Amino acid sequence: MTHLPLLSLTTFLPLAGVAAILLLRGEEPAVARNARWIALWTSLVVFVVSLLIWANFDPTRSDFQLVEQADWLPDFNIGYHMGVDGISLFFILLSTFLTPICIIASWTSIQRRVKEYMIAFLVLETMMVGIFCALDFVLFYVFFEGVLLPMFLIIGVWGGPRRVYSAFKFFLYTLLGSVLSLLAILAIYFVTGTADIPQALSFNFPPSLQPWLWLAFFASFAVKVPMWPFHTWLPDAHVEAPTAGSVILAGVLLKLGGYGFIRFSLPMFPEASAYFAPFVFALSVIAIIYTSLVALAQQDMKKLIAYSSVAHMGFVTIGIFTVTPEGLDGAMIQMLSHGVVSAALFLCVGVVYDRLHTREIARYGGLAENMPKYACAFMVFMLASVGLPGTSGFVGEFLSMIGAYQVNTWVAFLGTTGVILGAAYMLWLYRRIVFEKIVHADVRAMVDLSPREILVFAPMIAVVIWMGVYPSSFLKPIQPSITNLIERVQVSERAAASTLAQR
Amino acid sequence: MPAPNFMIVLPEIFLGAAAMALLIVGVYAGPRAVRAVTWLSALALAVTAAILLQPAWSAGGVTRQVGLFGMFVNDGLGVFTQTLVIVGSILSLLIAVRYNEREGIARVEFPVLVLISTAGMMMMIAANDLISLYLGLELQSLALYVLAAFARDNVRSTEAGLKYFVLGAVASGMLLFGASLVYGFAGTTSFDGLAKLFANGGGNGIGLITGIVFISVGLAFKVSAVPFHMWTPDVYEGAPTPVTAYFAVAPKIAALTLFLRVMLEPFGGLAGDWQQIIWAISAASMVWGAFAAIAQSNIKRLMAYSSIGHVGYALIGLAAGSAAGVRGVLVYLAIYLFMNVGTFAVILCMRRDGKMVEGIDDLAGLSRTHPALALALAIFMFSLAGIPPLAGFFGKLYVFMAAIDAGLPVLAVIGVLSSVVGAYYYLRIVKVMYFDEARGAFERPLGGEVAAVVLVCAIIILFFIVWPGPLLNGAGAVAATLFPG
Repeated sequence: MTHLPLLSLTTFLPLAGVAAILLLRGEEPAVARNARWIALWTSLVVFVVSLLIWANFDPTRSDFQLVEQADWLPDFNIGYHMGVDGISLFFILLSTFLTPICIIASWTSIQRRVKEYMIAFLVLETMMVGIFCALDFVLFYVFFEGVLLPMFLIIGVWGGPRRVYSAFKFFLYTLLGSVLSLLAILAIYFVTGTADIPQALSFNFPPSLQPWLWLAFFASFAVKVPMWPFHTWLPDAHVEAPTAGSVILAGVLLKLGGYGFIRFSLPMFPEASAYFAPFVFALSVIAIIYTSLVALAQQDMKKLIAYSSVAHMGFVTIGIFTVTPEGLDGAMIQMLSHGVVSAALFLCVGVVYDRLHTREIARYGGLAENMPKYACAFMVFMLASVGLPGTSGFVGEFLSMIGAYQVNTWVAFLGTTGVILGAAYMLWLYRRIVFEKIVHADVRAMVDLSPREILVFAPMIAVVIWMGVYPSSFLKPIQPSITNLIERVQVSERAAASTLAQR
Repeated sequence: MPAPNFMIVLPEIFLGAAAMALLIVGVYAGPRAVRAVTWLSALALAVTAAILLQPAWSAGGVTRQVGLFGMFVNDGLGVFTQTLVIVGSILSLLIAVRYNEREGIARVEFPVLVLISTAGMMMMIAANDLISLYLGLELQSLALYVLAAFARDNVRSTEAGLKYFVLGAVASGMLLFGASLVYGFAGTTSFDGLAKLFANGGGNGIGLITGIVFISVGLAFKVSAVPFHMWTPDVYEGAPTPVTAYFAVAPKIAALTLFLRVMLEPFGGLAGDWQQIIWAISAASMVWGAFAAIAQSNIKRLMAYSSIGHVGYALIGLAAGSAAGVRGVLVYLAIYLFMNVGTFAVILCMRRDGKMVEGIDDLAGLSRTHPALALALAIFMFSLAGIPPLAGFFGKLYVFMAAIDAGLPVLAVIGVLSSVVGAYYYLRIVKVMYFDEARGAFERPLGGEVAAVVLVCAIIILFFIVWPGPLLNGAGAVAATLFPG
């Protein structure tokens, strides 16, 4: 290995911050202040290191890069194996990008147990980055399930009134899905003889086994995405989680499902994926239309955005299972875009929640008068969520719908109605909060964005517009890996067809 | 006839002699010497471990030796689990020292009984004959009955002792009955002789099978597997907490080892017959351990149901009946030891207004009043629930791996689903500690020994993932010797 172990560094550097925070002693306010600064600096350094990954990444190659390998569990062919390709690269960056933003966003709103809060976020960052770097099934699973621990505590300790119920629901729901995928991982381990992901990706699984393994993975990823009807944990978790918790939940954790489908389900079980694709399309279309209608009826801002997330992730699952270059590129961009946009929308809710301590839409109205900067930032993200051309949301939805159109026009048609419904609920939300006359005196007293909040929103606006205007800088590293993936699927489909023909 | 080879039971002999000597010292020196005798007992256990491990260390491995007229065997499985039993005993003694003094039950008999029962467990593990098996089993059981009732002025403790004694005697009777049936139909009590008989396809009679079923029932009682678990919650709740900690680890490890040895060595040829029994009690233990624990409000009862569930997981490895399965069981037992001792050490610190409290609600707000203690207990709970990256996950991983490999996917599915149910009650403890408002602090936690035990266990559980090699390699090597060829 000639280069620095960048991936391990990005993954485990946050733990150094945890150690530093654990060593803090003294008066409560001083400890809280120091913990915030240590967490912020750690996460910023991690972000810089993760940018180095991007800088060292060769966008013309489709295989895994910056690979690191070491022995871990002896005699088992289970190793410490890390690497990135075009599919995982931007998810790593998304995780490291959102973590400092979360820490800044929680600067004043978290006053209780600051030390523990910062530790939880840094541990969470380690787990998130680890998921996307891991190239060994056991390692992947450790990170994949390890995410639950800090998130459980974040929702449960710093959440709203029904936090206990939501934390348990979140934990047990996702645990149930992931233990089934653990069994599938063990089955893969015995079929292939190794827990190494790259080797498993090029292994041809027997067609009789594929549906079972596909379903076991589906149980895990469908809960994470979340796909209708496995989404019910999401609104609860979002409503009760603190703002930064929602940001990570919507920004990164919802992407684990889509990432899992692209990384594992498609290349390892191409035939089962083709077999189940109509099923996924049906669930996705229902998700898009049904949850959009549900979102229209919400009185709570966070719930509305939570349901809109389910709808947006429906486009992702459609795009993935079209197995077309456009569909997969679109799904990737849609996930990245949603990662930034929905995170930003939750931050927008957090801003007004910090001032008025309610998320009820009817309590607001007319914010454009006294909070023009806020109204402006909110507008950018709202329009990106709707999919206005020139923002990131447009690229993702447009590409995945092109992909869907090639496979099934009905899916594309029904999916597109979701775009219209999405515009309806988002614009209506915006009107009720930002426009109209101010009727409540306490709303009039709200002050505009502080410099700290501007610091939070500015980079996110920049990314949203960058992704919308010049998506190539993101698509270019993604595409070789996607092309490679599609070739892999087609080859094994042809192989399956030829074995059928021989019979 | 060759001279009996006493070397292979040297650790047991030393431990027995040390127990006698310490008893004499204790009797003459009186109550003043309790603390000294306890420390000397821990030292004696450490020396026993050294005697046990020294030949393996210098030879770089353990070669199977049978001695004392075929009564005892010294092999890798024995050395591995005897070491675990000794570690469990030492840790239990350490956390008991100040607890017993504070509760007014500090008497010299306590460490001596621990030594005697440990010697019994080591004999059980080393048994190579149904007779020596029974001897070891009874030696440890009788000492444990007394330990359960050790707080003799406490109604619950004496009740626990009595219940344990009556039900334990029933179990021993079953085992003895099974052993006599086996002897009657096979004509030998020697494990080697039985193994030879079954390997040649002999002895498939109904009488032998009945005998094996009775032996399994007796052993299932001892490991508290469903449906022979009824004594566990009452005994765990009633016995003094350090004794409960001891019960939860050392006898369980010894009995599970015995289970492994009996099923795989003498009755290995009949695997097809007993595997379905093990499958059923394993599944029943996992499911019942998970569901029954939900309703518990006493943390010691909760840990009793938790241990029932964990026995179920460990038995998956036996049901698999393969080298991978045995390795899974051994890894599971080693990790289980530290999770449990650590948890009970934290429970020992639950004392408020001059008396021990055991309600789960009493832990409310522990993360505010005793952050370090709460963190340690949270680590143990998440580990017991089998959440990575903690050690408990790896314990489960290896038994599930063995189950999938051995073609028992249904058992593995039952296992993972009951682990999700089990996660609920472990999470409930974390929730009480972290999410609920504090109810007032506990008294100052017990001194250095308890803190050290909690710290060591927490570090082992938390950092097992970083350096899992030694345990996995050791367990793998031991398991391989049981399945030659």
